[in-house]
Amino acid sequence: MHAAVAILVGVVAATATGLALSPALAFLGAALIAYVASHFLHRTLHAEPEPREGTGDAGETGGRQIPADVGPQLIEKLPVPLLLISQRGRLGYANLAAQGMLPRLTPGQHFAHIIRAPAFVEAVSATLRDGLERSFEFTSYEGNERHFEARVSMLAECEGFGPEAHAIVQVEDRTRTHRIEQLRSDFIANASHELRTPLASIIGYIETLQNHAREDPEARERFLAIMAREAHRMQRLVDDLMSLSRIEMNEHVRPVERLPLNRIACDCASVFQPLASQEGITLRVELDPDEADVIGDRDQLSQVFTNLIDNAMKYSAPGATVTIRSAPENPAHPGRVGVSVSDTGMGIPREKLHRLTERFFRVSVPQSRHKGGTGLGLAIVKHILNRHKGRIEISSVLGEGSTFTVWLPRATQLHIVPDEPPAVAPASRAAR
Amino acid sequence: MSSHIVASFDEDLVQIQAKISEMGGVAEEMLSKALESVQNRDAALASEVIDRDKALDAMEMELEEAVVRVIALRQPVANDLRVLIAAMKISSTLERIGDLAKNIAKRAIPLSAARPMRLTTSIARMGRETLAQLSAVLNAHASRDVDTAVQIWNQDYEIDEMYNAIFREVVTYMVEDSRLIGVGAQLMFIAKNLERIGDHTTHISEMVYYIVKGNTLGDDRPKGEPTGVNLVAG
Repeated sequence: MHAAVAILVGVVAATATGLALSPALAFLGAALIAYVASHFLHRTLHAEPEPREGTGDAGETGGRQIPADVGPQLIEKLPVPLLLISQRGRLGYANLAAQGMLPRLTPGQHFAHIIRAPAFVEAVSATLRDGLERSFEFTSYEGNERHFEARVSMLAECEGFGPEAHAIVQVEDRTRTHRIEQLRSDFIANASHELRTPLASIIGYIETLQNHAREDPEARERFLAIMAREAHRMQRLVDDLMSLSRIEMNEHVRPVERLPLNRIACDCASVFQPLASQEGITLRVELDPDEADVIGDRDQLSQVFTNLIDNAMKYSAPGATVTIRSAPENPAHPGRVGVSVSDTGMGIPREKLHRLTERFFRVSVPQSRHKGGTGLGLAIVKHILNRHKGRIEISSVLGEGSTFTVWLPRATQLHIVPDEPPAVAPASRAAR
Repeated sequence: MSSHIVASFDEDLVQIQAKISEMGGVAEEMLSKALESVQNRDAALASEVIDRDKALDAMEMELEEAVVRVIALRQPVANDLRVLIAAMKISSTLERIGDLAKNIAKRAIPLSAARPMRLTTSIARMGRETLAQLSAVLNAHASRDVDTAVQIWNQDYEIDEMYNAIFREVVTYMVEDSRLIGVGAQLMFIAKNLERIGDHTTHISEMVYYIVKGNTLGDDRPKGEPTGVNLVAG
């Protein structure tokens, strides 16, 4: 209970000292001030029967609307990540939003272990020393680069946290804004370069059709077919760029659904079966569909396998075999499950392997153009796996074929699936 | 960690390990800015990185003094001793990573005056991978995560492979056009520095393993293979 009051006072102090929270929170802040005011009045003025006019009213209604045990819950569920850090640098409290943003949090930990960005460490240490309020920005490089804005100030001493003074830190994730700016410029640079070739070809044919091919029906048909092909290529390119941008936007948002990885791979493979038999390629699936649970985004993981199988088939001649199988456990990837897609194609030269996941990198430019590739397939795979804290491992032997292995962290028992509660479901449908 | 009868001993150990995270943060930032200065041809940012190295050196000295003082006063054994020895080694490793980042920044200054070269993209990519590994190992240290430490230790040869590929690429450019030799040599050293940072990162992995398990990770770390079977970063 003491702790609860302390936290409340903390946030009110923070709001009052100018931790300008977002408008929705300002309302909460006001409610809290009312609540604390009432609490204070009750404690100090309980002997006095008539409270003073204005504050008294606010106090009474406020007291009824926010009972004491709601206070901690409010703080816990505020959408803004809040951290309390003790004078000795230990994490005293982190609300749910903070725990979601910083998964490595452990109470009692030193704050430098949680966020080690120099700007953060310096600002918090300085405030713990001199008690002044500070606003600052910092960047973290864990996995994907993330940008934050934060404010730190001291709390008034409160008994709930023991004799030590505490600093309150409010952190806001600004990665999305940064990323939008970055993406816009990247998108324009990449897209304009890659769209130029098909566009130049279409313009060339249009000019020919306008001039001497105007009266030649045979040439017209042929040119229109080429123009359609080039236009479709541009369309695919734009689609891929858009989906890459979307994936990049959410790269720092963790997926939450528990999924059977092998089953997703099997489903993707079955989509390709008709095309495989048409092209004379054997598509073999050697997976136990009920094995290997991971935490992921179903559509994105499907896209990973679709891109890998599509690639494997694209670079395989008739009579070749594409195999999808579980990768044996690998000590280099502890705690991860693997699914590999291998082909018996021409293989990839060693010096080009590490560049495969680069945007618009092609092992052989004419061949990729011929197959209608956009040069983005593996870049998309890489970004999806980044988001899932996974990896793509590529091995290849020239003349014998290539193997692309997807490694994803195995879902642990502890992970709870945020699914619809079964009690609410109208009929007891069989689980997936 | 189990607590000691002398509470200030625990406090000393916590502060020393927090200092490691702090140094790690500075090293990460230096590397990131050094790479940015190469990619964006930003000489001002490069000078900033060069100046920053002094702070890292000072932090290393400070940490070393703190460790020596704790060893002298408390005569720690077992786990505590391992934590302290590892702290000393990690701090000198981070200081070296800082030196290498500074060296990259130094090379960014002449590069910013030269004409842009396509190859800097490959280097930036290798740099991002190196930074990601460094970040991951610092996380592993902060949360005593042996699995991640082992993963990073095993993945370093991906960086080695990138280095080999860039080496070949730079040589090809220099053979084709002798005017590129100056720029090419700078880029080659940058790639080599990144490769060294990767090696130092595996050393931190080994220290995390040593703290938790009490023995060494062994010396058969996978290196870039000369045969046709290779892996790339994901």
